[in-house]
Amino acid sequence: MSNQTGQQEVDIVCAKCGIKLTMGKVNLTYLGSSFPVELYKCSQCGLVYIPEELANGKMKQVEASMEDK
Amino acid sequence: MDQMDQNLLRQREAKCIQEKPAGCTARCPVHVDVKGIIEAIDKKEVEKGFEIFRRAVPFPGILCRICDQPCRQECKRQEIDEAISVRALEMFCVNHKPGSYDIAPLPAKDKAVAIVGAGLSGLTAAFELGRKGYKVDVFEAGDCLGGLIWTRSEIELPRHVIHEDFSVFAKLPVEMHYHTRITELACLMDRFDAIYVATGFQENWDNGFHFTRNAEGTLQVDLLTLAVGQEKVFAGGGIRCRKGQQSPISSLADGKIAAISIDRLFQNASLSANRMNEGPFTTSLYTNTKGIKPQFMLEPIDTARGYSDAEAAREAERCLLCECLECVKVCEYLAHYRAYPKRYVREIYNNLSIVMGIHRANKMINSCNLCGLCEQVCPGNLNMGEICLEARRMMVDRGKMPPSTYEFALRDMQFSNSARCALYRNQPGFAASQYAFFPGCQLTASSPQLVKQTYAFLCDKLHGGVGLMLSCCGAPANWAGQREMFAEIMQTLKQEWEALGQPCMITVCPSCHHLFKQNLPNAPLESLWTIFEQTGLPEQAAVHAPKKLAVHDSCTARREIPMQDAVRSIVGKLGYEVEELPFHRENTVCCSYGGLMMHANRDVAEKVIRRRIGESEADYLTYCSMCRDNFASQGKRVYHLLDLIFAGAEDARAEQKGPGYSRRRENREQLKREFLQDIWGDVMEELKTEVKLIIPDNISCLMEERMILVDDVAKVIGYAENSGNKLRNMENDAFIAYYQIDSVTYWVEYLQENDAFIVKNAYSHRINILN
Repeated sequence: MSNQTGQQEVDIVCAKCGIKLTMGKVNLTYLGSSFPVELYKCSQCGLVYIPEELANGKMKQVEASMEDK
Repeated sequence: MDQMDQNLLRQREAKCIQEKPAGCTARCPVHVDVKGIIEAIDKKEVEKGFEIFRRAVPFPGILCRICDQPCRQECKRQEIDEAISVRALEMFCVNHKPGSYDIAPLPAKDKAVAIVGAGLSGLTAAFELGRKGYKVDVFEAGDCLGGLIWTRSEIELPRHVIHEDFSVFAKLPVEMHYHTRITELACLMDRFDAIYVATGFQENWDNGFHFTRNAEGTLQVDLLTLAVGQEKVFAGGGIRCRKGQQSPISSLADGKIAAISIDRLFQNASLSANRMNEGPFTTSLYTNTKGIKPQFMLEPIDTARGYSDAEAAREAERCLLCECLECVKVCEYLAHYRAYPKRYVREIYNNLSIVMGIHRANKMINSCNLCGLCEQVCPGNLNMGEICLEARRMMVDRGKMPPSTYEFALRDMQFSNSARCALYRNQPGFAASQYAFFPGCQLTASSPQLVKQTYAFLCDKLHGGVGLMLSCCGAPANWAGQREMFAEIMQTLKQEWEALGQPCMITVCPSCHHLFKQNLPNAPLESLWTIFEQTGLPEQAAVHAPKKLAVHDSCTARREIPMQDAVRSIVGKLGYEVEELPFHRENTVCCSYGGLMMHANRDVAEKVIRRRIGESEADYLTYCSMCRDNFASQGKRVYHLLDLIFAGAEDARAEQKGPGYSRRRENREQLKREFLQDIWGDVMEELKTEVKLIIPDNISCLMEERMILVDDVAKVIGYAENSGNKLRNMENDAFIAYYQIDSVTYWVEYLQENDAFIVKNAYSHRINILN
């Protein structure tokens, strides 16, 4: 999975910390492999945002290809 | 590849005869690929057709005019009208041959061959050996090449054609010796490394060659190799025929056989190994000719010139291009992957052999509905379902089964078998049961009311106590290749059945019935439908005004003849007329639930449903609730047999779609609760969710499509609200939260309205977020 997730700028705030999400490094893992990606996250508590397009698009593709390995 | 070894692979592959040659090609002594030629004509690639013909026949101009066409004896078209005019189509190709074509011999070799006789057989051997680079000398008693072909009329065989075909020898290391009668072979033995005698048919043998005759008076020759028993001497063509049996194409074939033998001799290879199918043989290819309209052979208007383009196209169109594909024709799944079982079996085995790399056939293996129709229609009885199931089991054992394929279905099964839904009880007042009603997990999910009515009816009509068993039979685990999980379910069911006093189990769903028959061999088993034959139908089962219902047999009822009969009998008693679908009883098709096809490949599953529901305009009647719900999902009017018996077959029922995944779970859970309360007076505590949800219809549909349960959404919101771990989209004020349940992370966008949450969106992924 490319570490550039190509997200458009979003106006999303962490409801707990009250700060706007910014791009930051997040580690994703599946079936024993892990890979760092850039996602919107709360720089304080680490809560992440994965938009619908990413979950249903690129992430599904990566899941499928990793499942067939 | 340890468990499915190579021998087993070959055995299974061999059952699929799709790649066997067509009858015409098998019967042809030189195996001309007639189908290939005709396909080329169909595609207007006539030069390619010529190339195919020329590769098998060195003298195409001559043979397309005088071939005796044994191929036509095997033409499947004879079952309908008459054989294809193969020779005329070959002539069409020859008439359109390219201006020149390449016949370059291989580099010269140091072996020399003598050919005695320049008829078709001798010249074919000379051609083949010359091309391989051997030095060939042809000894001909007369003054021309071709032998008997000169007895043909000029009209039948124009002389320029002969000269043109034989002009190829100018390009080959072949020397012709005319007026050279060979009367004994000794004179050739020293100078040549091999000799092929092809002197043609002779009534009175001048046996200077010292050949032996067999009991029939013809030449004693080894049929595989054409060796005559003398070192390096071979003989064939008319010389080994009885009078009147000479055949141009057989003479030509002998020339080829002799050339192969001589080449093998020179290479010190076995003369006879692997030559079984060199001559004519009978093919095992099956081709169904049912439904093909008669259309008689077309004679060319210009007989000398042969077919015009239009005439050739029309005659070519008559060719059935023989192939089997019986299974592919009836199965959307097999058709979807654009090949046939022989290829699929190979792909599956290759897939299982991969240690490192991409398993490209996983989806194909998992998409089969395991229904067994392929075995029914296959001339070799190959069952792709058996192979796919075995492959799934191996994938599970090796940890290579893609988790996303079946996990949702297996979670649903586990829910049905959990304490929230499963129930095993004797009828009140009985310490043991004579019978146990097993409605199965899908009828309880789709039509819990019908389960209640049926149970009440059985308790009323049957003596000795009717126990109740609410759970799933384990079919999803079995289909998903999860042997251990399936064995555990069967073990639980066996224990519960024993605890109820080993009653006769009464099933509704044919899949439960099928699995119990295979896996609980000691449990007496009866289908509800055959029980109705004994008890009679309930009084409320009103006889309906005459109407036709098309009966869909479940694939797991394929071999259950008493069940099939009982269903038809009940339908008749209720006043309906039974319409048989084109595929019914032992040849029925799956509704797409089998093998968990819908979970592995929704596209193919929907194609399966659409094809099945398109078979008749009549309302359908099923006796499995999944079949009913699947057909209803695509807009087909369809009843479950219990709808007719207990619910009066209300018109609106036929159009009702089945409940969604979440509702199915609720129905199962509620049914247990109601049964416990109504029949046994027990109270089952309701698991009240603390989160009050408002889910608009469009979001509900989206969740269904994405296989996200209401319960999952409630858990995400519950977690977010309790922990405070949530985001807020400042553009629309919606909250966004995520939460991992088992191996899936669910995302929900929602708004809060008083004490309720309005769901705006839901999606999921399986990749984990590491914190």
